[in-house]
Amino acid sequence: MKIKDIQEEIVDEFSMFDDWMERYEYIIELGKKLPLIEEEYKTEDNLIKGCQSKVWLQGEQNEDKIVFTADSDAILTKGIIAILIRTFSNQSATDILEADMNFIDEIGLKEHLSPTRANGLVSMIKNIKMYALAFNAKN
Amino acid sequence: MLDINKIRADFPILSQKVNGKPLVYFDNGATSQKPQVVIDAISKYYQEINANIHRGVHTLSQLATDAYESSRGKIQQHINAEFAHEVLFTSGTTFGINLVANGFASILKPGDEVLVSAMEHHSNIVPWQMLCEKTGATLKVIPMNDNGELIMAEYDKLLSDKTKVVTVNHISNALGTVNPIKYMIDKAHEFGAAVLIDGAQAVPHLIPDVQALDCDFYVFSGHKICGPTGVGILYGKEAWLNKLPPYQGGGEMIKDVTFEKTTYAELPHKFEAGTPNIAGGIVLGTAVDYMNSVGFENIQEQELELLEYGTKRLLEIEGLKIYGTAATKTSVISFNIEGIHPYDIGTIIDKLGIAVRTGHHCAQPIMNYFKIPGTIRASFSFYNTKEEIDVMVEAIKRAKTMLS
Repeated sequence: MKIKDIQEEIVDEFSMFDDWMERYEYIIELGKKLPLIEEEYKTEDNLIKGCQSKVWLQGEQNEDKIVFTADSDAILTKGIIAILIRTFSNQSATDILEADMNFIDEIGLKEHLSPTRANGLVSMIKNIKMYALAFNAKN
Repeated sequence: MLDINKIRADFPILSQKVNGKPLVYFDNGATSQKPQVVIDAISKYYQEINANIHRGVHTLSQLATDAYESSRGKIQQHINAEFAHEVLFTSGTTFGINLVANGFASILKPGDEVLVSAMEHHSNIVPWQMLCEKTGATLKVIPMNDNGELIMAEYDKLLSDKTKVVTVNHISNALGTVNPIKYMIDKAHEFGAAVLIDGAQAVPHLIPDVQALDCDFYVFSGHKICGPTGVGILYGKEAWLNKLPPYQGGGEMIKDVTFEKTTYAELPHKFEAGTPNIAGGIVLGTAVDYMNSVGFENIQEQELELLEYGTKRLLEIEGLKIYGTAATKTSVISFNIEGIHPYDIGTIIDKLGIAVRTGHHCAQPIMNYFKIPGTIRASFSFYNTKEEIDVMVEAIKRAKTMLS
């Protein structure tokens, strides 16, 4: 599936929820379902330091695609990174770099996009795109 | 006894809704809310007497200067400083600490020691580390115990003739511990060391008597005592302020300037280069007046009640652990719930209108001590109520259910 289609799918899913609580419960559920990152990848290098919760992100090349895995010590943060992984994992570097992020706003998480937000969503997106940049430079 | 409804009516922000819920503001440790008199005084200054101070001969400049200096006098009285010129206006606690730490760069030598406590805010650690790097002095840490109390027996052992500065907070921002600063000051003085007290978290709850304490420096911020942001106070004993070099050069702080040599102005102007936060300085006086009109005895009574009630109610939540259980503490409760990240709780209860602080509270060494990523901190002020605590407890229970 293309990034754009996945994003539309996620927006659809979130549109079923009436209030923040249902949205957050869904994010928590996504967080709980996020496949765990291999312990060996929970390194200092893979750590994205948000102010409040830790996020580990690991990207690996799989032919012409990048596969991401991640973890966080906070469950909401984990849910948010699960959304990003669903969107960007198994995509080509060029598609990742060209993707826009409006869907975050559409699923009601705009407040998490503020650069001062302590969960580091902006840093997560930046790191995903950095992987894609590095991948393109290497190939 | 405070008429709490009357007090709350003084603070327009408290009747606000956040995320569709009535605001419960429990982040008073970070900054206090402002009463209408303070908000009005800011606007009145700009509407009626705005002018630069200490220079103009014109009437507005005189009025602004008088108001600014009269505020300095109010604060002098409030903290019982011997002289008004020992009361310096700063931009806040951080600036005050940096000013003093920087001044000691010309005094300290390699081998000298600076003692800092294990429960300091980063702003009372980093400036001293920078000072030590600059001078070759050594930073030593006064340890604390599991209750979040400084261990005085260890402090006594650390003190020596090498100790030149002791720097400690009056009250811990992350734990609420009230430190035995009178004892620490007297002990340090036996070795001739200067003592700086970070009073940022103390001044909202008590009146420091700087002469009775005999501290050499006492710093605090205006915004935690109902005043505006960007203004604070550095109290320093006259002898020390005369000894320390100026921090910033510029206008106001000079007596005579030639390209060959500049002589510095007398205290307090030596440390007040440039146009200060005039409105902030004046309105800080208004804020102190307001706090005194509420009365610190009343404030303490109300806050103690909230602390006791809040502690009791929070401990009803299964798996909840409080960090900072010192024998003497203020209305700050730092806690975690087993298996749940503080950030998750903070984010969810924010949606329920509750403002608490989550994270390391700029005191990472404390978090490292307890081996936790952070805590949830509810800090109560005299305008808070038990009903608000009930709302918070219910919200936390709801968040806990969602998260577990």
